[in-house]
This record gives sequence, C-alpha cells and structure tokens, in this order.
Amino acid sequence: MSIIKKLALVAGIGALMSSTAYAEGLSGKVIGFSQIGSESGWRAAETSVTKAEAERLGVDLKFADAQQKQENQIKALRGFIAQGVDAILIAPVVSTGWEEVLTEAKDAEIPVVLLDRGIDAPEDLYLTSVASDQVKEGRVAGEWLVGAVGDKDCKVVELQGTVGSSPAINRKQGFEEGIAAASNISIIRSQTGDFTRSKGKEVMEGFLKAEGGGAGICAVYAHNDDMAVGAIQAIKDAGLKPGTDILVVSIDAVPDIFSAMAAGEANATVELTPNMAGPAFAALDAYLNAGTMPEKFIITESKLYTPTDDPQGEYDRRKGLGY
Amino acid sequence: MRRHALKSALLRPQFAALAAVLFINWLLFPGFFSITWQDGRFFGSLIDVLNRGAPVAILAIGVTAVIATKGVDLSVGAVMAISGAVAAVMVSTGTPAAIAIPVALLAGLLCGFWNGLLVTYLDIQPIIATLVLMVAGRGLAQLITEGSIVTFSDPLLSYIGTGAFLGLPMPVVIAFVLMCLATVAVRRTALGLLIEAVGVNRSAARFAGISSRVLLLLVYSFAGFCAAVAGLIVAGDIRGADANNAGLWLELDAILAVVLGGTSLLGGRFSIPMSVMGALIIQAMNTGILISGFSPQFNLVVKSGVIILILVLQSPQAGQWISRRFPPLAPPPKRSAK
Repeated sequence: MSIIKKLALVAGIGALMSSTAYAEGLSGKVIGFSQIGSESGWRAAETSVTKAEAERLGVDLKFADAQQKQENQIKALRGFIAQGVDAILIAPVVSTGWEEVLTEAKDAEIPVVLLDRGIDAPEDLYLTSVASDQVKEGRVAGEWLVGAVGDKDCKVVELQGTVGSSPAINRKQGFEEGIAAASNISIIRSQTGDFTRSKGKEVMEGFLKAEGGGAGICAVYAHNDDMAVGAIQAIKDAGLKPGTDILVVSIDAVPDIFSAMAAGEANATVELTPNMAGPAFAALDAYLNAGTMPEKFIITESKLYTPTDDPQGEYDRRKGLGY
Repeated sequence: MRRHALKSALLRPQFAALAAVLFINWLLFPGFFSITWQDGRFFGSLIDVLNRGAPVAILAIGVTAVIATKGVDLSVGAVMAISGAVAAVMVSTGTPAAIAIPVALLAGLLCGFWNGLLVTYLDIQPIIATLVLMVAGRGLAQLITEGSIVTFSDPLLSYIGTGAFLGLPMPVVIAFVLMCLATVAVRRTALGLLIEAVGVNRSAARFAGISSRVLLLLVYSFAGFCAAVAGLIVAGDIRGADANNAGLWLELDAILAVVLGGTSLLGGRFSIPMSVMGALIIQAMNTGILISGFSPQFNLVVKSGVIILILVLQSPQAGQWISRRFPPLAPPPKRSAK
C-alpha cells in the first residue's frame, strides 16, 4: 500500500470521526529506527526510551543497530525503504554522505526524521530534525550558577569535554554566555577531562593542587555528569565537601549525578533528554495523519535539575533506562 | 665500582628527562614539590604523578617483557576494561571482593594466555594477534557491564584504587612491589636471559634448547595479569567500571613508556625499572600540562614535542655527539641491541 493511499485512507477515517481526528495516532504504523550503536550510556537510554515510546503509541518499530558504521546505516535505510515502512528515524553517525540514500527515501515518499545530530544535506531531503541545543545547555548551567552565588565573588574551574568535539565547544560557549553578565564570576582554569570519570578526577586533582588545595575554587562546571562524578571524588579526597565548599554543576542528567545530588554532593545538572523520539513521533503523527509540516529543527527542552527536584526519585526513574 | 654503576645509571637520559620535566613543572607551578600530610597520607603534585602514573607503569612492566620477546601487546587497555568490568559486576551483585578480585585477575591472565596462544600456536604476528583482543576485548567488557558504568561501594575494591599504605597511595605501592618482583624474577634467575634470547632470535633460542612457546605463553599471560591489576586500580579509583573508557589508548602510553625506557621494539635487551621511569616521565608531563593552565588545545602538541626531544636525546647519534663534546667521567651507558 503506497503512502498516498494510506494517507488518503487515514484522511478518510479522520473525516469520518472528525471529533477524534488523531485517535488513530501512530498505532499500527511501521517505523524504522537506525541507531548509531551503544557507545555511551546516554545512547543506550535513548534506544530504550525510543522503544518504550513506540510501544506506548502502538508503533511497530523496526530497530537497526549500526555499530558506529555509516555503511550499516545506509544498508538499514535501504532495507526500510524496501520494506515500505511508513517513516524512518535515524541518528546519523556522521554528518556527510547521506544525499543518495535520503533521495531514495524521498522518492519512495517515506518521511525521514533525524535524531540528536544534524547532517550536511539539503533540508528538503528530511522531514525534520530533533536535537538539543548544546549552547543553551551550557547557558542554563551558567545562569544557575549566577543565581546560586548571588553577589559573592566566584572562581570557577571548568572540565571540558573532548577537545574539538561539538558538545565541548558549544557547552563552553553557552556557559560563558550564561555568566557573561556577572562580573563576580570568572573561569580561572579550564582543561579537558575527555568526558570520562577518571580523567575528570585526575584533572580536578590537578586544579585543587594548583589553587592552594581548593581554597580559591568556588565552583566546578563539568561538560558532562561523568566528569562531575570524578571531580566530586577528587574534592572529597582533598578533604573538602563537594556541593558545599565547592559547588558542582554539570550537564546530561545521568542517574549517578542524581545519587550524588541526593547525598548533597552535586548542586545542579541540565538534562540532555534521551527522549528524542517523543517529539519525533509527535511530528510524524501530525504529518502522516493531518499533513502538517513540522518545523525543520525541533529543539528539545534543556531542563535544570537541582536537589529540590527529588533526586532520589529521578535516580530510581532513570537507572532502569540503560544509562 | 658500585659508585661507578650508580653514576652511570644516573647519567642515563631517562633520569635527565624526568628531572628536566619535573624542573619545568616547578617553573610553571612553584608549589609542585610541596608535599603535605593530610588524612593519613601524603598529598601533593609529586604524589599525584606517582599515583596517576601507576596504571601505565604497571601496564609497562608487562608490556616490557612482551616487547623484549620481539612482540607487542596492543590489548592491555581492553584487558584493563575487562578486569574492571568483571570485578565491578561481581561485587555489585553481591559477591565478596575477596573472590571478585582474584577472578578479575584470572580473567586478565586468561586474556593474556589467549594472546600467547595466537602468537605461539597459530603463529599470528603479535601486533595482529593482540589487535584482535584490543578490539574485541572492549566489546566483551561492554557486554559484561551491559554498556553502562557499573558503580560499587565495596571498601576493599576501592581501597585498591584510592587507599593508602604507609602514607603512599595504594596504586603506587602495588606498582612498586610489582616492579621489584618482576625485576628480581628476570634478573636473579635465568628468565631475563631466556626472554632476551627469544627476542633476539626465536629459532636460535629454540635450537639452543629454550622452549620458546612456553616462555611466550608465560610472558603474554604476565602482560594480561599486569593489565588486570591496572584495570582493578582504575575501577577502584572511580568506584565504577567504565567499559567504554577504562584503559582507552593506554596500550599506546605503555608502549611509549617502554620505548622511553630504552627497550628496543626489535626485542632483546630490556629494563623493567627503566620502563616504569618512562611511565613516570609521561605522567609528569601530563600533570605538568594540567597545572600549567595552558589551554587544552595545546596538550597533545606539548606532549609530542617533549617526547620527540627525549627520543632524540636518547638516540645513539645524540649520545655520540654528547660524548664527543663532553667526554664522560664514567664509561658511556651501553645502548640496547647491536
């Protein structure tokens, strides 16, 4: 059944039950999902959330794990096109080389939604892209710190992500924007912790030594929670109290930062939601059932979590997601 | 005679390199050599160098033996991830650490044994044989942890990574003990000679009556064991097993440490203490970069510049040039091979 016929059918049913136009939703739709792989806990959580969302909506989700290889993703997309799926979700592993296969999908009239990463291709080749705004994540973290320290002078040390990676560049820029207006806050040291716990701990140890045992440090800003967890251990080893003597703010909202928060050792985290599929399914629902073109770039919310947001509850809720 | 030996040892370029790196660190950060006593342990940048250098030093101890047999072990980083994952998953599911730690060490030993089998019985070149486990091993570790960071709060396992003995961090103590044991084993018995013989010419060694297969199996298993020890330290340090990142690229640091220590990649003469020295040079550089306040974009450039400089100073040509310009008091240190 071609997509046109299906659309016509759906439109017909919709017309018949105009009061419940979306009752059909995506139920029974076949949607292919080409995932990059499972290189990080966040990625694993994204996969499990996508599967859960699909089940909730009654979508028949065809899942393909590309194991970090673009050729596997292209193969998976061709497979989806051959099966005549209703739509395709793809988290592209690289940004280039997609024109050909996306043109094939377009010719087959299958809408494609990009998840969490953009690509260098003409915008008409995909329906929409759902992603977070990394600059905004950094800005939210910075603005939290401005509010938290008030008028006091605050010297911040920064644990950057992998040098040259886009989250590291954007989250740095965003944080600097967030604290730009507050002249009492300054970043005194900034080094890369490669997004890992052990490097985060090692770099923080160095910072603490270089700043008189940590006496001159008021806050640590980590580009991801894992580095923050490492930094928290380094602060404890130096005989200081993380969360009190040195404020800890980071990004991602993985379960372990919530257990640190529940213990009073972390102060704030900005969520990079693993639920990219939710907005994607909503856009597909509107497009397939009502023909509404979604916005080209859908930005997910960058929600701030602090110890007042029931960290223990958040931990329990997230730890089953595969982080 | 003894003073002579000490003098020639101290004239080795590794000591000069380490001293130079530490001196530069001191210039960048005047408090570099200050060590204080805090919470029942020494605390200071110099201790950090030893503590953070310990995992690579331990890897280098095992890799030195492998390289001396004209082999190489690329899998040690992945084996670290495996042993950490095994220990973390076991303790987090309720197994006592007293059982989990030996099992994790055994897992590392088996990984090394597997490498040895590929190299000896299937005659696969070491770089390829160990590349298999380098790639597959990390996948195996990810399977064990199911892709997530497995955290634990077991006191014994975290003691390995963060504890202190006589005021020194546990990783330093472990690395030191392992270095001494390995050095005694190779220098006070014929083992070292046999390893060098196999490294110089495996067939000749076999014709001379050395069972090179058993020896190679032993050496690769030992490298796997060392990697497992390093894996436990890294896991204990962050109280969690991070299969994606534990030991990532550390095999290259270990090989670099061995090379900085003066062991030839072509096999033969080797020195375990000098490899440990190489690991400390690398870590002194890393710590120096961390406290220098340079922007992180410079990290790798600075590191590679210093390494090139050290390797040039160590080269026979530079050695000849230096001894021509500055006639040495002691006989010049012998170079490896040839």
